[in-house]
Amino acid sequence: MAELTGLRAELRPYRAVLASRARAQRAYPTSFAIDMASSLLVGLVELAEIWVLFTNVTSLGGMRFNQILLVFGMADLTFSLADLSFGHLDTLPTFLRAGTLDAFYLRPQPILLQLICSDVSLRRLARAAVGAAALGIGLDTSGAAWNLTTATLLPLALLSGYATFAALFVWAAGLQFFLLDGSEMTNAFVYGGRYAATQPASVWSRPLKLAFGFFFPMAVTAYLPAVTMLGLPGSDWLPAWLGWCAPAFAAWAWLMGLACWRWGVRHYQGGGG
Amino acid sequence: MRATARVYWRLLAAGFRRRSAYRLAALGGLVANLTFGLLKVAILFATIRAAGGHLHGYTTASMSTYVWLSQGMLGAINMDGRTDLALRVKDGQVAVDFLRPVDLQAATLADGTGAALFSLLPRGLPSVLLGALTVGIAMPTNPVFYLLGAVSMVLGIVVSLATVYLIAVAGFWIVETRGLQILYMLASGFLGGLYVPLALFPHWLRITATATPFPSAMMYPIDVLSGLGGAGNAARLVLAQLAWLAGLAAVGQWLTRAGRRRLEVQGG
Repeated sequence: MAELTGLRAELRPYRAVLASRARAQRAYPTSFAIDMASSLLVGLVELAEIWVLFTNVTSLGGMRFNQILLVFGMADLTFSLADLSFGHLDTLPTFLRAGTLDAFYLRPQPILLQLICSDVSLRRLARAAVGAAALGIGLDTSGAAWNLTTATLLPLALLSGYATFAALFVWAAGLQFFLLDGSEMTNAFVYGGRYAATQPASVWSRPLKLAFGFFFPMAVTAYLPAVTMLGLPGSDWLPAWLGWCAPAFAAWAWLMGLACWRWGVRHYQGGGG
Repeated sequence: MRATARVYWRLLAAGFRRRSAYRLAALGGLVANLTFGLLKVAILFATIRAAGGHLHGYTTASMSTYVWLSQGMLGAINMDGRTDLALRVKDGQVAVDFLRPVDLQAATLADGTGAALFSLLPRGLPSVLLGALTVGIAMPTNPVFYLLGAVSMVLGIVVSLATVYLIAVAGFWIVETRGLQILYMLASGFLGGLYVPLALFPHWLRITATATPFPSAMMYPIDVLSGLGGAGNAARLVLAQLAWLAGLAAVGQWLTRAGRRRLEVQGG
């Protein structure tokens, strides 16, 4: 009981900051509405990019459009939620260049936790809604069986997918300590990773399978679990059963993310302020 | 007249040099271009193979050309709608720009064109080269397409700059242009043909796209340079770009003059 109160006291500063950030975004209702609408449009346009291809062909990489909806839905829902809670780590280079990161070192809390809790982008909820809708329609129409496999694998894959995308943001942030103005380099695997995760991984070349199937485990966030739920065969190098290993891949992503973060924080020598 | 031209030429050169100072950023851009390019190749090749090897005039070879040319143009074309000018209009610093003895629109376009042309060196050409090495591309043999292609590429850059200029000066009336900027970001990528070439769009969507300036910035230069559709088509696309540029430049001039009268700088 005493432990629980202690934990609550420790979490209080984070809760206070997050609540204030959430309030701040809703303080200007028009601006917030425009943000939500544009975020919704982002999700819809991303879906349209895939839909356009399916106006030309009926199946891509062994999947029909409603089966791709399942992949797109899982990937975009989990990415948007990770972006909502971890996406602002992208602003780290701004802090580094301005030398304002030093202030974070002065507070008696871990720097990574401070940064993660320094903001929450509520507008991403709209994009997550597009992902959730695609997932719902995909589940309903793609012929995924409602059995024990789906009931266990779907929540497992969603949680692991969220964790994996969140880890990518941490991973990228750790590398920013070295790159400073080369943040586009990490965009290649964070936003490129999101793009990869919405694709049927069966169309990838072998180098892409190594990069986005294993090293940055994107195929495991949506494609492989979807293949398992649909009872489809996997593809070369990416067998369907690998979908069950999603938590292991999420753990790998966090291991790499935290290692890069530690490495980066130790490398940082202050802004000279 | 010659003195005026020299001023804008100097601004163009300054833009070129400014961008050349950030080499690591250029390398980062190249890595991102290559990654997205390989993913685009994977999904678009799969589409063509699923359609039986030919799709609306595209084979895998010409699709590869499309992918790598579009990736190469990424750093040169403004895809996110963000500009320094928009910030200067918002915080009133644009008043200082108005004091200078140059035309605001022409100066902004000259400076932006210089920066965009530089990005073709560390980002554009290597993207196309890496694509050619890793996947292979088909380029036309007739030099006409390279000549027209170079013209079309520069026109595309200026059309894109003239379009984002309109967003920036819209700030004279609406102050916060972030909503417009995000709309631009979505439309310029999707309707401009960054993800999927326009030829693969359903008919109604293709018509909608050609009614906007976005294909003039990206899709048309790619089509001209890759020689798709022959020399007649290439000339027609360049004319379409010129028409869009004239229209956008005229609206930009008019909005700048009207906005200048509305500008109210607060504080002293």
